[in-house]
Amino acid sequence: MRRPPVGWFTGSLVRATSLTDSARSLTFSVPGWPGNLAGQHVDLRLTASDGYQATRSYSIASVGPDTDVELAVERLPDGEVSPFLVDDLEVGDSVELRGPLGGWFVWRPEHPEPVQLIAGGSGVVPLLAMTRAHTDARSTVPMQLLYSLRTPEDALYRDELQQRSSTTPTTWHYTRTVPPGWTRAAGRLTPDDLRSATLPPERGPLTFVCGPTGFVETVARGLIDLGHQPDSIRTERFGGI
Amino acid sequence: MAIFGGRRRNDNPNLPPGQHLTESFPVLSAGPTPSISADDWEFSIRTEGGDIHRWSWQELLALPAEDVTVDIHCVTSWSKLGTGWRGVSLDTLFADVDTGLDYVMAHSYGGYTTNLPLEEVLEGRAWIAYEYDGEPLDPEHGGPARLLVPHLYFWKSAKWVRGLVMQDDDYPGFWEENGYHLHGDPWREERYA
Repeated sequence: MRRPPVGWFTGSLVRATSLTDSARSLTFSVPGWPGNLAGQHVDLRLTASDGYQATRSYSIASVGPDTDVELAVERLPDGEVSPFLVDDLEVGDSVELRGPLGGWFVWRPEHPEPVQLIAGGSGVVPLLAMTRAHTDARSTVPMQLLYSLRTPEDALYRDELQQRSSTTPTTWHYTRTVPPGWTRAAGRLTPDDLRSATLPPERGPLTFVCGPTGFVETVARGLIDLGHQPDSIRTERFGGI
Repeated sequence: MAIFGGRRRNDNPNLPPGQHLTESFPVLSAGPTPSISADDWEFSIRTEGGDIHRWSWQELLALPAEDVTVDIHCVTSWSKLGTGWRGVSLDTLFADVDTGLDYVMAHSYGGYTTNLPLEEVLEGRAWIAYEYDGEPLDPEHGGPARLLVPHLYFWKSAKWVRGLVMQDDDYPGFWEENGYHLHGDPWREERYA
């Protein structure tokens, strides 16, 4: 089988940077980590002093065989685990990680199809990993990202995405507040936006959509209305309805 | 060193290991939500002899329905306790089905599949559910009808179910091909292969 076995590993925090007011990049050194594909996720487990444990799933921002694993975590207002990871966890602290997980919402450099990535908010993390994999593989397959955000301040990895604009260009879309000088007014992603900012069905793209449930439902329905085949659209949703 | 305190305690005896409670109803699907009208909807069971037992939407609704309150457990570690569903027991649907095979593959509109042992979907352990919380089942949650097998992780409860095909072995379905456990018992934490 192509997959390495899934087990628990100990990860020690070696690097942490603030991405936005509410999101933080956390890089763990994970001895024994078998590496991961772009788009996979991991279960992260914390243990309290009385033995109580809490486990949550996070997308992996890093990609490849390295044993350093980068996660990007957004603080959920009523979260139990994410506020601790964003606000409290210190370099040198350890967590447990199980993975890599997921074999469907992944991009492999050997995929021949052009790739359209569509992110809503912090749903950009596994898609960022795909642009990293594209760069690492020096892939010549067309890959582009449509990134929908509430405000410019909510952007994760803006500098990195912009540096990669010649190989995996990003179209930025703002739903609440636009940057100064932006020509389009803030607003929801419309069918016209989708048509103009994504690869058309005639090019036979593989499309990855990740974001909050409502966003993914709207985008996936819009893509089908544009003529995309349902089985060419892979989705990852977070949050309830 | 930061000390994790944790806010909630998993002292609920109905919570399987490694799970936490959620009040919302998260949605996890591998692709777009299919749109299936009740007029076009059909459910079937196919046996090794080639017999196909079919039910239209109206025929399904005409069968005896059960209201069940069950706990559901997602492999991504959320659980939701005491959820209310209405649907038709698979015992009812299998009443006239003659098969010597021990496994089924559930197939969904949209192409999803998941494998199950036959004995785990009989004797009051599985339903074709079409109402959630007293309302018609939302498309995002698998409407018009989904399989409900609450004693296994919820990926086994195939959304948008369109039929069951008997199979001679426990061949893997969609997520089972993609790294998830063939069986999926939450109390034994059968999450990943």
